[in-house]
Amino acid sequence: MGLKLKALCKSPWLFHINTGACNNCDIELVDALTPRFDVERLGVLLVGTIRHADALVVTGGVTQQAAPRLRRLYEQTPKPRLVIACGSCACTKGIFHDGYHMVGPVDEIVPVDIYIPGCPPKPEAIIDALAKLLKKVAKIHHEG
Amino acid sequence: MNPLWALFQVLVFPGFGFTFAFAMVFAWIDRKVTARVQWRVGPPFLQPLYDFIKLLGKEVIVPAGGARFLFLLAPLFGLAAVTLASALVWQANIWPTSGFVGDLIVVIYLLTIPSLSVILGGFASNNRVASLGASREMKMILSYELPLILALIVPIINAGGSIRLGEMLQGQSAVSHVSGILAFIVAIICMQAKLGLVPFDAAEAETEVMSGPFVEYSGAPLAVLKLMRSMMLFVMPVFLVTVFWGGITAGEGILGVILGCLKIVLLLVIVIVMRNTNPRVRIDQAVGFFWGPWVTGVAALAVALALLRNVIWV
Ligand code: SF4
Repeated sequence: MGLKLKALCKSPWLFHINTGACNNCDIELVDALTPRFDVERLGVLLVGTIRHADALVVTGGVTQQAAPRLRRLYEQTPKPRLVIACGSCACTKGIFHDGYHMVGPVDEIVPVDIYIPGCPPKPEAIIDALAKLLKKVAKIHHEG
Repeated sequence: MNPLWALFQVLVFPGFGFTFAFAMVFAWIDRKVTARVQWRVGPPFLQPLYDFIKLLGKEVIVPAGGARFLFLLAPLFGLAAVTLASALVWQANIWPTSGFVGDLIVVIYLLTIPSLSVILGGFASNNRVASLGASREMKMILSYELPLILALIVPIINAGGSIRLGEMLQGQSAVSHVSGILAFIVAIICMQAKLGLVPFDAAEAETEVMSGPFVEYSGAPLAVLKLMRSMMLFVMPVFLVTVFWGGITAGEGILGVILGCLKIVLLLVIVIVMRNTNPRVRIDQAVGFFWGPWVTGVAALAVALALLRNVIWV
């Protein structure tokens, strides 16, 4: 298992889901994937289909429409899988806190591995969170 | 031939093990040069290997309603075919006398099987997007096979009608004649389509059909498919160099080997540069391009020139 986990930490492929974000977080996430930041150095790729993904990046508080779909997408991801809640909305519902259509923050729908606060978070913050997450995964493996 | 030695040739050198190692290196070169073209640093050297191991360790999901058996087996067909093709081509390069009559035709068929396996896998996955990608891949095969075969006829004529790779290597000076050069250029363009790279990657266009036939693949089958693609990236240039350009070991001793490696790297760089400087063409444009005067026409012209030179004048 050790080798597989190490390889996972070396090549996390991201799949991006917008569950009701204002689109600003999405822009920042895409910005983090541009050549300027070059996350391919860390092995990160953005993939177009959920079957290839290792980590789901969820932006936005979850709306009534999005909740069942987020649940399904999570279940469709091949294990081992990680979930990243990107932006204040995804962490806490943010400015949409009292919205009539809000089901809840992401962690009420699917288990979240790391939270990135910020409205929107900077690309640097997203990359930092990714690095921390990978370190955490490696450490869990180390201890247990 | 000793069966153990044959097994070693298929599994280790110059078959699976050797091809695997170089496929990883070539995939890395591809990604690294692409990164440099885009003015960034790019992935570390072991990145393709990490990707491969990671995918092996992931869960394998077979889509509901898909043809389970075919879905899981199709990538293996493709992988086996590329491995065998690589073994045959390298064998002809290293031991030119060891081939059999018609191994060129066998290699041509083997190099078509990866595309077929992609199509089978796409249709077996019971996904509309995958079916769309697979049907595009099918049109792609129809479009590039004709000029590719025409181009491959030219070195056969120039080598005096031999269809043994080893004999073609010894008897050839393909690019020394204008027909050989024309055919070589056509073959390079067809190679790009065979590798499924931009500008001819309509079958797996990420922005349109989300990696097309690969859409439902996860875990180990996906790893095998990616490996198959990387191996094609290695085998196709070697094959073209063998058929058109005097092979790897054409010169004498170590110098010849170095020269041969440089030829392969040159072809790889051409592929990468083409892939990074072109927009994707639509599938109808691709078919029109390959069947039009600029590819099939030029290939036919090359065949005519080769015939003029070798059959009529001699
Ligand atoms: S956190 Fe801010 S930027 Fe991100 S989706 Fe919510 S409101 Fe938009």
